[in-house]
Amino acid sequence: MAHSADNANVTRRDFLLVASQTAAAVGGAIVLWPFIDQMNPAADTLALKEVEFDLAPVQPGQIVTIEWQKKPVFIRRRTPEEIKMAEDTVMGDLKDPQSDKDRVQKPEWLILVATCTHLGCIPSNLFKGEFGGWLCPCHGSHYDTSGRIRKGPAPKNLAVPPYQFISDTKVLIGAEPKAAAPAEHG
Amino acid sequence: MRILAIASVLALSFVGQAFAAGGGDTEPKHPEKQQWSWEGPFGTFDRQQLQRGYQVYKEVCAACHGARLLSFRNLAQPGGPEFTAAQAKALAAAVQVPALDDKGESIMRAGTVADRFPSPYPNDKAARAANNNALPPDLSVIVKARAHGIEGEGPDYIYSLITGYSEPPASFTVLEGLYYNEYFAGHQIGMPPPIASDGQVTWPDGNPPATKQQMAKDVVAFLTWAADPHMEARKQLGVKVFIFLVFLSIVLFFAYKRQWKDVDH
Amino acid sequence: MAHGNYSYQPKTAFTKWLDSRLPIIRLMDETMLQFPTPKNLNFWFTFGGILAFMLVVQIVSGIVLAMHYVPHETMAFDSVERIMRDVNYGWLIRYIHSNGASMFFIAVYIHIFRGLYYGSYKAPREVLWLLGIVIYLLMMATGFLGYTLPWGQMSFWGATVITNFFSSIDQIIPGVGSAITQWLWGSFAVDNTTLQRFFSLHYLLPFVIAGVVVLHIWALHIPGNNNPLGIDVKGPADTVPFHPYYTIKDLFALALFVLFFSYFVFFAPNFLGHADNYIPADRLVTPPHIVPEWYYLPLYAILRSVPDKLIGVVLMFGAIVVWAFLPWLDRSHVRSNKFRPMTRQLFYVLVAVIWILGMLGAQTPDGNFEFYFGLVLPISKLLLSQICTIYYFLHFLVITPIVSTMEKPLPVPESIATAVLAKNGAGSPAKANG
Repeated sequence: MAHSADNANVTRRDFLLVASQTAAAVGGAIVLWPFIDQMNPAADTLALKEVEFDLAPVQPGQIVTIEWQKKPVFIRRRTPEEIKMAEDTVMGDLKDPQSDKDRVQKPEWLILVATCTHLGCIPSNLFKGEFGGWLCPCHGSHYDTSGRIRKGPAPKNLAVPPYQFISDTKVLIGAEPKAAAPAEHG
Repeated sequence: MRILAIASVLALSFVGQAFAAGGGDTEPKHPEKQQWSWEGPFGTFDRQQLQRGYQVYKEVCAACHGARLLSFRNLAQPGGPEFTAAQAKALAAAVQVPALDDKGESIMRAGTVADRFPSPYPNDKAARAANNNALPPDLSVIVKARAHGIEGEGPDYIYSLITGYSEPPASFTVLEGLYYNEYFAGHQIGMPPPIASDGQVTWPDGNPPATKQQMAKDVVAFLTWAADPHMEARKQLGVKVFIFLVFLSIVLFFAYKRQWKDVDH
Repeated sequence: MAHGNYSYQPKTAFTKWLDSRLPIIRLMDETMLQFPTPKNLNFWFTFGGILAFMLVVQIVSGIVLAMHYVPHETMAFDSVERIMRDVNYGWLIRYIHSNGASMFFIAVYIHIFRGLYYGSYKAPREVLWLLGIVIYLLMMATGFLGYTLPWGQMSFWGATVITNFFSSIDQIIPGVGSAITQWLWGSFAVDNTTLQRFFSLHYLLPFVIAGVVVLHIWALHIPGNNNPLGIDVKGPADTVPFHPYYTIKDLFALALFVLFFSYFVFFAPNFLGHADNYIPADRLVTPPHIVPEWYYLPLYAILRSVPDKLIGVVLMFGAIVVWAFLPWLDRSHVRSNKFRPMTRQLFYVLVAVIWILGMLGAQTPDGNFEFYFGLVLPISKLLLSQICTIYYFLHFLVITPIVSTMEKPLPVPESIATAVLAKNGAGSPAKANG
């Protein structure tokens, strides 16, 4: 490297080199971002974030499986007996305690992501298991009529996806629920 | 040799039926240069114009031309007509799209924002059968497909074409089912004048009158956006990148000069 | 190595340990940092570095596009449009890749013609030169394969025309050419089978290019860089270490190049392409003018200059192959055109002839030659392309050997250091005529 006895020259060259290195680094980072972001879900994938479902044809006791965000989702129209069983459960009996009220917006409609929280199989609709809900055939996890884990290796309750009732008979799965009506003032 | 043979087959599809029986020069006339709001490095689309253009596409063009690369959600995204989410949903619902019912049979249902624009015909054969063996091209990228030059003559070409129908000269015989248009190669086109009269489309209040020229301009603007929906983002990023690179070049130039100051070279 | 006393000295315990096991830091230090480089290189010599950058740009952008592109004829066009519309920044990455190909070729042509002008192909750099021709051929193949992938009208018909070259072999041995062409297609015409294999090969070849580039740089580092005076390095006074002198110079040149590149990406992204490639491929409709990308145009003109298909193909490939013989066709002992006034004029004529061939390649083959500003010259395109093709081959095969033997070159400086001192010192500079 050429030497320079002049301090000011050294400082100016350092400044220039620092400035150009910084500019190049900043430029490099800005250039890098699109190449990283392109791997995020594309616009057409994001358009399927929400799926509308018509509840009218579903009979009491019937379970329907639909696809949402490439995952299976159970939509279950619960009978009064099933609702009662879910609401009367003692919290102490649950591996993952959660009250039924926290898992449904309308008691008649149970909407769950149909992925067993153990290792990801789809619980069976045919075999309801010992608690009236679902039995996962892979490793024997039993879920109750609120989709909560009661027996077997699964650690957590079946997940509840975000959903919103856009009318009494239509639900939009993937959309956050509307804010609750403001509390009545005394 | 084979290519020359295929080129004459080309005439059949291109012109619709057969080569012009009329004499004289059939080179396409050069399109008239127009002023467009999006020209230049700082150009942007006019939202109102794109919204009007969509309406013209829907009411005039969509009867024969698909735009299958567009989705209804594009109508609400930034950089385009920028309809509200609710408006886009309503526009989608106003259109019937093909789907399968629970029994696996083909039905038509109201569109959602996630759906693509439907094509008016199920396939190319049906399209030709309905149009005198001419195939109305899909309009998704038509503006880019007719472009030449930096900004592209695509928009100018489409505008000149759809407004440029005229009476043929006496020596020119127009074949049955075709229409005379000097801007089209061969001067005969299978498409009838699409925008035939003023007021063909009724716009909401607050818009300029729906003259033929206005409708043509608006649909060309819409199609230009349709072919290049990220144009505004591209140019805006380009300006920033340019400024940055000019700055970087200047800094690097001085660093280079500094480095070499004490070296004979 | 070439000249000067330099070697990597590992300083820390870790670097000493690594150096005795895998001397990779030594390799990088001695070839890219300390490497003695002639101090008089001008900006024409920055294009090698620019090419290395462009290769990386194309590979990175290409791999990313391959995450979204579908190489099937029913989905290829739409998948490219999906990249343009729905993939985050997809439009940017696609335009970088498509315009990057053009930038890659602009840089390679400047790089090649710099080599031609300064005699970089002459001994002892013949193998370096030949490796460069191999890289150029691989680039042409890669560009051709890549252009078919969007499956537009030009993609399909360009593929049809180029693969049909091989059927010209039928004129020598009947049946063999068609068999080869069908083998390339995997079908009776260009179709999905062809597209899928073209995608596979397009992904492969850039890595082959990278390998040959390594050989190319290795072959360069044996004799070291050429320089504008064309004379050998005599000692350390003639050179500077590559870093930081040429790293900063190359970076500056690169910034300007990227600025030029950015103009196309952001403000004229389709200017260098062809509008017909936005029409989905239709095997029943041939576009009125089939035109290859601009970087093939001079060769395309040579191909079309003769009515015979086989001779046209042979001449076209020959036009590239003839460059390989240059180190032996050029008999002069002086490398740089700086000291060869006649050869310099011939260089400019050759550039002009190739430029005209390029213009001819872009035009339809009928009628008179269309020059700039709407001017139509009174010479037919066919005749002009034949004249230019003949001159092109004469330049290499006849004119170069004769002129290089007969020309009396100007006196060549004693060394780079003395030449540079004379230029910068007091009194009139002892520069050769520019």
